[in-house]
Amino acid sequence: MATKKTKNARAAEPLPKNAVRNCSDRPMPSGNPYKPAVATVTEVIHETAAIKTLRVVLDDPAVMAAFHYEPGQVGQLSVFGVGESTFVINSPPSQKKYLQFSVMQAGEVTAAIHRLTTGDKVGVRAPLGNFFPWRDWRGKNIFFVGGGIGIAPLRVIMLHLLERMADYGKISLLYGARSPRDMAYSYEIEGWLHNHDLDCTLCIDAPFEGWRHKVGLIPNVLLNLAPDPTNCIAVLCGPPIMIKFTLQALEKLGFLPENIVTTLEKRMKCGIGICGRCNIGGRYICIDGPVFTLKQLQALPQEL
Amino acid sequence: MSTIRILASDGLPAFLSFLSQKHQRVLVPVVKSANKRSVIFEPWRAGMPVVLEKATVPPKEAVLPQCETLLTYKKSKNQEDLGDITVSLDDTPEALSTAIFACRPCDARGFRVLDRPFLNGLFPDPYYKARRESLTVFTITCSSGCNTCFCHWVGGGPSSPEGSDVLMTKIEEALMLQAISPAGEALLKDCDLPDGRDIFPRAEAARKAAWASLAPAPDLKQAPQKIAALFGNDDFWQSQTSGCLSCGACTYLCPACYCFNITDEGDGFGVHGGRRLRSWDNCMSSLFTHEASGHNPRMLKTPRMRNRVSHKFSTYPENWGTFSCNGCGRCISNCPVSLDIRAIVLAALDNAG
Ligand SMILES: Cc1cc2nc3c(=O)[nH]c(=O)nc-3n(C[C@H](O)[C@H](O)[C@H](O)COP(=O)(O)OP(=O)(O)OC[C@H]3O[C@@H](n4cnc5c(N)ncnc54)[C@H](O)[C@@H]3O)c2cc1C
Ligand code: SF4
Ligand code: SF4
Ligand code: FES
Repeated sequence: MATKKTKNARAAEPLPKNAVRNCSDRPMPSGNPYKPAVATVTEVIHETAAIKTLRVVLDDPAVMAAFHYEPGQVGQLSVFGVGESTFVINSPPSQKKYLQFSVMQAGEVTAAIHRLTTGDKVGVRAPLGNFFPWRDWRGKNIFFVGGGIGIAPLRVIMLHLLERMADYGKISLLYGARSPRDMAYSYEIEGWLHNHDLDCTLCIDAPFEGWRHKVGLIPNVLLNLAPDPTNCIAVLCGPPIMIKFTLQALEKLGFLPENIVTTLEKRMKCGIGICGRCNIGGRYICIDGPVFTLKQLQALPQEL
Repeated sequence: MSTIRILASDGLPAFLSFLSQKHQRVLVPVVKSANKRSVIFEPWRAGMPVVLEKATVPPKEAVLPQCETLLTYKKSKNQEDLGDITVSLDDTPEALSTAIFACRPCDARGFRVLDRPFLNGLFPDPYYKARRESLTVFTITCSSGCNTCFCHWVGGGPSSPEGSDVLMTKIEEALMLQAISPAGEALLKDCDLPDGRDIFPRAEAARKAAWASLAPAPDLKQAPQKIAALFGNDDFWQSQTSGCLSCGACTYLCPACYCFNITDEGDGFGVHGGRRLRSWDNCMSSLFTHEASGHNPRMLKTPRMRNRVSHKFSTYPENWGTFSCNGCGRCISNCPVSLDIRAIVLAALDNAG
């Protein structure tokens, strides 16, 4: 993996008819797409009992300096000897010093990632996948809804938009977690609450001593907040069950499917559209996604 | 007219020896007698008996080995500071220049099915590419189909040249060799076999007779849409899947299946380092899509069969304009419960919905 280039998808054979391969002009790794760049962990942040944030720097300074990605793109992070897993790069592209990944412990690779400390070596194959179509959102209000580790992809796109506030209307965030202890980026949240450009609401599932914010499940809190769907894009990320009920809430509020954006998760291996396991019908989450509008998802076979 | 040569049966060892000079390995069909007689491709060595039969296992390994090293990673400690570890990577593809001698037209078309995702997608696969570019395919046309063959339903046929560099047809005890690609042309020009243009009409007649021996093919043009439309029809898929054992024999023996897994082996310390391996995977296994959270979009065998059949007859065609099944029939003849993919496709076509 060396410097990045932008490449047009599928020049060789015609694009499929019902293409949802949006964002086909995307930053992509060049060279052998299976070969990771070796990187060094420079910082590990304990977010919650289950989530750690890693900051990594690519060892080749030239590659690090040229590294370019769009908000929402992911990386395959590897612990050599254990394997690879997919995580969104959640630091904003303007931040050039390191790449940040927030990892929830789930199975083998994520457990090994949680054992890493400063100075350890990892592999990074990035940037992969499509990204949030933020250029198309200019002039609109944006309403972010994040649950659990879903706050990671929202963090990067939200910080990216906040840097370009003049181009957007009102930006809001509803972030929910099971309890205050399950909230990642707690050290940043105070800043988000006081940021005049951001309307930030926090919620937890059940009452908790000293909690000054909302209590309730995300879809219900959302229905109470009742954001105006006019000229508004809703962006939601979180566990499948939260996505399911939040989509219903958004539709109830009058959001159109083309104005609802989400990211999908599927088991992945190659991350480059070949190994064949992350498909929904003829689409592959790793290259056609992970970012989709609800309208695009509705056109696909219902196999989530 | 392309170059045509004639290879007498007693000239076969000399010709294979000629091919061995041009390639690092020549894969030929040989008989393996385990508990069941089977024919597989093996690297040719002088004196090896070659059988010109259709192989039990297709020669897919030539471009996509069952297991290969994508990467070796070597970790070394700084003796002054043991916490300071450096990692070096080697991603040189394992690629031997290869000639396949005497595969069938359906096998050769299998390489074309693999070529599209591996070479023409968003990311070309460098390992596949290295092997594919140094591959020469000698295909022998079939004199008749067997009861599980249906190559002519899916765009092929007993003398289809697609994917072949040289097409060979048996005439009595000799083989007629016809160059198809520039690589095949160059090889035949270079070898010292005699010219075979005068027997070309006899080969043509044999190929026509093979075609004529096949039962008429059903029209599968509507298959992609029909199968896509059946996605939500659980009854249909359940009725088509009930006997399946999820053993995966159908995927491992298919020349057009290409799903794979990537795993690491070894911690990377030590002289040889560790290896990141790619190995064939099997979409009929429930683990294939099992996510860390426990969620699994294809937990049951029914959606897995739906995915396999849809990939071959609906979604691959949607992406690449052609079926990813070549009608070789191996998944039918090797299925322990005799499931027949033809029957599933025909049932989908017949379905009123
Ligand atoms: C586009 C995308 C973005 C993601 N972003 C994040 C993120 O920012 N933070 C985070 O904590 N998690 C994220 N995930 C989920 C994360 O990839 C999985 O939790 C992780 O792969 C589990 O790996 P494991 O080895 O610990 O689990 P195991 O169960 O041991 O899995 C073995 C292998 O299966 C694959 N696998 C299993 N589950 C998943 C899954 N849900 N998604 C993809 N591959 C899987 C991986 O290749 C993994 O190495 C994302 C997933 C996708 C698809
Ligand atoms: S070979 Fe037959 S039983 Fe085995 S997975 Fe395939 S269809 Fe099922
Ligand atoms: S699906 Fe069956 S018949 Fe079709 S190419 Fe594969 S093994 Fe052969
Ligand atoms: S992860 Fe391999 S095809 Fe998507």
